Amino acid sequence: MRQALLVAPILIPLAACAITAMLWQRPAAQRRVGLAAAVAMLLATLALLAEVIGGGMVVGQMGNWPAPFGISLVVDHLSAAMLVITGVMGLAVAIYAMGEGAEERDRAGFQPLFHALLMGVAGAFSTGDLFNLYVWFEVMLIASFGLLVLDRTREQLDGGIRYVMLNLVGTTFFLLAVGLVYGLTGTLNLADLARVAPTVENQGALAAAGMLLLIAFGAKAAVFPLFNWLPASYHTASMPVAAIFAALLTKVGVYAIIRVFTLVYAHDHALFGPVLGIVAMATMVVGVLGAAAHYDIRRILSFHIISQIGYMLVGVALMTPLAIAGSVLYVIHHIVVKANLFLVAGAVRRRGGSFALRRLGGLWLAAPLLGIGFLIPAMSLAGIPPLSGFWGKLVVIRAGLEAEAYVLAGVALAVGLLTLYSMVKIWNEAFWKAAPEALPAAPWTRAERFATFAPIVLLCGVTLTIGFWTEPFAAFSLDAAEVLLDREGYIAAVLGTPPAQLAEVAR
Amino acid sequence: MDAMFALTVGVLVAAAAWLLLARDLLRGLLGFVLLGTGANLTIFAAGRTGTMVPPLVPPGAEALAADAANALPQALVLTAIVIGFGLAAFALVLVMRAHAAFGTVSAEEMDEAERPDDAAAPAPAPAAAVAGRKEAA
Repeated sequence: MRQALLVAPILIPLAACAITAMLWQRPAAQRRVGLAAAVAMLLATLALLAEVIGGGMVVGQMGNWPAPFGISLVVDHLSAAMLVITGVMGLAVAIYAMGEGAEERDRAGFQPLFHALLMGVAGAFSTGDLFNLYVWFEVMLIASFGLLVLDRTREQLDGGIRYVMLNLVGTTFFLLAVGLVYGLTGTLNLADLARVAPTVENQGALAAAGMLLLIAFGAKAAVFPLFNWLPASYHTASMPVAAIFAALLTKVGVYAIIRVFTLVYAHDHALFGPVLGIVAMATMVVGVLGAAAHYDIRRILSFHIISQIGYMLVGVALMTPLAIAGSVLYVIHHIVVKANLFLVAGAVRRRGGSFALRRLGGLWLAAPLLGIGFLIPAMSLAGIPPLSGFWGKLVVIRAGLEAEAYVLAGVALAVGLLTLYSMVKIWNEAFWKAAPEALPAAPWTRAERFATFAPIVLLCGVTLTIGFWTEPFAAFSLDAAEVLLDREGYIAAVLGTPPAQLAEVAR
Repeated sequence: MDAMFALTVGVLVAAAAWLLLARDLLRGLLGFVLLGTGANLTIFAAGRTGTMVPPLVPPGAEALAADAANALPQALVLTAIVIGFGLAAFALVLVMRAHAAFGTVSAEEMDEAERPDDAAAPAPAPAAAVAGRKEAA
């Protein structure tokens, strides 16, 4: 049963991808299958999370090849939480994608690509093997290429080329690093790597490979100075696509950084900790300043993705239990909030006729529900108590102070203020000021209205739940941090008891 | 043998870096293909080169011969080649579409995504600037 749950988050989207691809000519049927698959995936990930909380790490060896020879799937607290969030986002965006423009999107192949993306993301969160992680990155990447240029407009082609070129180079760096790591250690299983890495003779070369991995994951996570592809492309995607990208893609990079640098490179923290700390600070500052300079909702939100990534890296930079718990809590909160803001931006565009703040206005009077739907995630993003972002920031900053990283904590606080500035800017311009031109009348049909607002309300509910009922989420994050820092436990769970001889034969 | 491999990978990566820095998208794409080849050769070299003994357990023996070739890097490289081919094919089609839409493969002259959203009717200024650049070129 545990094994079935382990592969379900990968197999369900795979099946949905295949079925929706076969229903190519029937968009309505595709949407129903897609929605059912999204519901099934959410339920499966919730069951898996319950299993992990109840019985600890779930480990499976694919094809019954014993680790480290075959591919291991390993789901611990962090992976399970990321999978559940993937399920929630998949469902929210699947509903949202049934709204405006569904027909054209589905004719262009949205559903198969969307589920392929979910499969890649779920695979990346579940795998316990470095090369397998590379393969899931590629699955995710190729699906995201297709989704980004779905409408085939000039704008999307231009944004798509920037996105494709930079990500191609990023993943090739990953491949190169995998080759070097394999050459140095003779294994690719993450648990086995964690066991072997401290004993490798040539630590310099191993650190160089680690730096290559950091570059590859950092490019995917859009950290400073590798973030340029994100603001150049995200705003061109259609809104459901931008929402799922904003929610999941960069976070896969963050997850990979957390996983690899707490597990395999933990012994080399003296080198990578400061590097990650500086990168985290620069990412926060550059992202938030970029957002402050822009007057297009999508661009502001895109830059804020970058800025928030900085907070998530603080955990790995400091490597204290509290800091890692802060990162975990922050990732969970951020995915929900950021995707919701993109969904709201799509609705703003529909109601107000534009993404440009200059041409928007009067939306608070015209659509109060939309206003509340914006305020909750926006204030949460800025870290206003008692919303979810406040608790995330609180834990991260407190961890920074406890670890005596005062500069890091100060930067995190200041960036929070500037985030508030950007959010208030959107609020003032789009919702509060008088409308500069007449709003389009009655933009939604009944069904479209439901499809647009149901996911926004759902995600607002999640944000409020994390905000007002923080205790279980915080406790869970602390557990996750404890599991992440317990490397011996991870190694024993994946490799079983006598791993030593096996690895010798493998080499 | 290993020195040869290292040198080849070095030359490939250097050429790839040079090509990737070009504004011409086709050159960039070729750079990606070369970089991928360099990465594949790295994996291949990482798994021990220079032996001709096939990785088969001889009859009656329990384990591989001591100097048998390592089959794993070949499986990895095979996977990476397939993935790289798919990505390159997609990128090539994307560049072709962009060429059809923009009439150029120079990344510099594609600035559609940079335009602010409120330019509902395409502003004449950027188009004129592009035309001017073309004439200058």
